[in-house]
Amino acid sequence: MKAGTNLEKVLNAGYFAVTAEIGPPKGGSARVIESKGEMLRHTADAFNVTDNQTAVVRLSSLAACGILRRIGLDPVMQMLCRDRNRIMLQGDICGAVALGIGNLLCLTGDHVKFGNHPQSKVVFDIDSIQLISAVRTMRDEGKFISGEEVAGPIPIFIGAVENPYADPFEFRTARLSKKVRAGADFIQTQAVYDVPKFTQWMAEVCESGLDKQTHVLAGIIPVKAVGMARYMRDYVSGVEVPDWLVKRLEDAKDVREEGIKIILEIIEEVKLIPGVHGIHIQAVGWEEVVPEIVERAGLLPRPIV
Amino acid sequence: MKSITAQKPLEELLESLGKAKKVFIVGCGTCPTMMGTGGVEQVSSLTERLGETRKKVTGSIVLPVACEPLPFEAQKEFLSEVDGAEAVLVMSCAYGVRAVADLLEIPVLPALNTLFIGREAEPGVFIEECSQCGDCVLALTGGICPITRCAKSLFNGPCGGSVGGKCEIDPKVPCGWQLIYDRLKALGRLEQMEVIIPPRDWSLSWSGGPRTYSLDEKERSKGSK
Ligand code: SF4
Ligand code: SF4
Repeated sequence: MKAGTNLEKVLNAGYFAVTAEIGPPKGGSARVIESKGEMLRHTADAFNVTDNQTAVVRLSSLAACGILRRIGLDPVMQMLCRDRNRIMLQGDICGAVALGIGNLLCLTGDHVKFGNHPQSKVVFDIDSIQLISAVRTMRDEGKFISGEEVAGPIPIFIGAVENPYADPFEFRTARLSKKVRAGADFIQTQAVYDVPKFTQWMAEVCESGLDKQTHVLAGIIPVKAVGMARYMRDYVSGVEVPDWLVKRLEDAKDVREEGIKIILEIIEEVKLIPGVHGIHIQAVGWEEVVPEIVERAGLLPRPIV
Repeated sequence: MKSITAQKPLEELLESLGKAKKVFIVGCGTCPTMMGTGGVEQVSSLTERLGETRKKVTGSIVLPVACEPLPFEAQKEFLSEVDGAEAVLVMSCAYGVRAVADLLEIPVLPALNTLFIGREAEPGVFIEECSQCGDCVLALTGGICPITRCAKSLFNGPCGGSVGGKCEIDPKVPCGWQLIYDRLKALGRLEQMEVIIPPRDWSLSWSGGPRTYSLDEKERSKGSK
């Protein structure tokens, strides 16, 4: 056991894991975090909190995860390389441990250009692979990047993200392998809509034995409206939304229901793909749909380990 | 290689001149002349435009290389020409502004924005290929700079935003890591992509504080390579 978090236990016991994303508010309300946490409490094994996602300022991931911890949930703290140098990153990792946070998801971060402060100075002192490796060294060797000793244990279950649809196409498995070699214990992927392409990627992942070294959770983003599907198809780089999906929503009488049906079909297919150990639901700003999706996908009750 | 510059708007120049009425203009015969931002033509056009405001241009000169020190005689001549002006506008990169400022006790103001050190990739289009980081890694990356050509200066790229060879920040911007990948592939050195490059020593770059370099090894500041 590396950190002994609920997520780690569920995955190690061989259950199909469910993680869900909680978007923090653009302000200082602990209540918002608590009520989203309460709403999702029994529907997922662990709860990701985004870190100033898309470069929009929000309540910090560290604080929000601390709040989730206080109400007895298992948080996955997302941590970006965009806004903090190695001093602050490592300091915040120690802070997370002090607050009882045991899962950390290491990301590079969207460019500030997309956010609400596009004039910011970007940091990118280290990149996500270097961050993964730094956390692993803190945990397993008790050392900071500088080589200096960390005082006390850093029990962290290390996560990374991967986009099976990103280019260069031929490099995608090698990139995952780099993250696993650096120390990623689990992987949450970019949203899966094009299942055949994802299946092919997973086959390559299994072929190179990476499924034995890390836990892959497939990313799931429920689509609420036709406009959202079109927007993701046309403007969100790295997300591949097939035309049939947009068409099905366009033709639907009840768009909400159709959107949920599509997502349930995807989950059903993804469950059967060898090497997939769970799903990660990112219902950005639509967290209330998560219990319904998890229930209708037959993934309730969540295991108690 | 050139210092890539662009002209500041007239309003900004007027604001920076403030109360100074009598203005002397300096152009540069090297990069700004080649770029058309501070050569003979641009100096005379700025002279004209300033003349239409309430400023008075007392004179102008295009120095051959504004960032280089002037020979003693030329320096004397320059000072006498500038004499009487209340401020100087320099149409060169910031290095020229600095070199001229060293000679004078009146405000020496930039008329151009210094963008980057660049190369003309195609006629009229300049690209930045190096940010002078102090410890060149081009040998590892197929000759393409990850610090300068990747929007996130990743050393273990590409990020998940690389699609169709383009960077997530703009569909017109090539993904630096796609360029690196393609080049390494062409060179038969793709295995380089699998290497995990460790965190970098940014103290050799500007993060280490203002940089100087002396040809005399003993005088060199600690850390410079
Ligand atoms: S690695 Fe440094 S020196 Fe080399 S091209 Fe890039 S910025 Fe310039
Ligand atoms: S898309 Fe390519 S150039 Fe842009 S930030 Fe990502 S790796 Fe760097």
